[in-house]
Amino acid sequence: MREDKLKEGIRDGPEYAGSITKYVFIESNHTTPNDLALHAYELAAPVMIKETCFGLQVTGDPDDVEAVITRIREVDPSHIFVKDRGFPPGDARRCRANMGGARPGYFGHEAEVAVLRYVSYGLQRMYHGDSISKSELEIIHPKERVELSDEHLLEIFNRDV
Amino acid sequence: MAKVFIYPTTSLILSDMVTRLGHIPLGSALSVRDRVQQGGVEGIDSPPLNMTPDDAKRGLKWAAVEVPAGIRGRMSLIGPLLAEAEAAIIMNDPLAFGCMGCARTNELTTFLLKDAGIPVLELNYPETEEEGFAFVMAIKEFLAGLAQKGDEEKPEVQHE
Repeated sequence: MREDKLKEGIRDGPEYAGSITKYVFIESNHTTPNDLALHAYELAAPVMIKETCFGLQVTGDPDDVEAVITRIREVDPSHIFVKDRGFPPGDARRCRANMGGARPGYFGHEAEVAVLRYVSYGLQRMYHGDSISKSELEIIHPKERVELSDEHLLEIFNRDV
Repeated sequence: MAKVFIYPTTSLILSDMVTRLGHIPLGSALSVRDRVQQGGVEGIDSPPLNMTPDDAKRGLKWAAVEVPAGIRGRMSLIGPLLAEAEAAIIMNDPLAFGCMGCARTNELTTFLLKDAGIPVLELNYPETEEEGFAFVMAIKEFLAGLAQKGDEEKPEVQHE
């Protein structure tokens, strides 16, 4: 019975309880996921490191994972981006090895990775110590909606009619 | 170190920026991780992939009973993070879209954030290098302000 469950990827309890998993994304011309993996392995920390096409997934105790992430960030500070992941790698409910076909998801990452180069540029200038004026800062804030006056509305209405 | 809610709750860029500048990002991965690690028997029907009747009940804290169960179920993931949040960064972009349940949950989340009386920073995604620099500096200034505010609110130590 238990063996049948394991074959289907079903276990009696959660895997890696108490651990955390972090995604490491690399968007750089100079550093590859393989370089990052080598730097991560150099620490010999008791964590599980999975190399992916976009970077790494690091799973382990929170302190160990933070130590590895801190080391990895030093490699290319403005081109490495890190975020939390809920599921551990290879989880039977999300891993395509058990589900077959392409893995669903990553749409948000795909959309955000497209603008990472602009954020990287901003980070480089920030680390360089560049300052910014208030007017330059305004360009990134959403424009406030301005209510039209009654006269202006009437003018538009009459014009369109 | 402040707890900063990020919207979209799965945002890679915001999660990284908040961590990089020394604060704690509150995203949906934290709630999902709790569910995954508290779960009993793993299976395709166990949470967090599917909602349970308990989730819809928990969601009642943030959404009324006549609100669809899909929204209440999602709020059971996001709601506890809203309660913890000391500040929020909201990306004003159609990236956070989805089915009716996701879309309405997103609307409710942004409404609750703006209504909570916590500092909120609204930004667009950068589309040029100059906007990228402005984006980074806007977040840096916002988070620096939070740290400063936190220091001011600390009670002064009385020296005898």
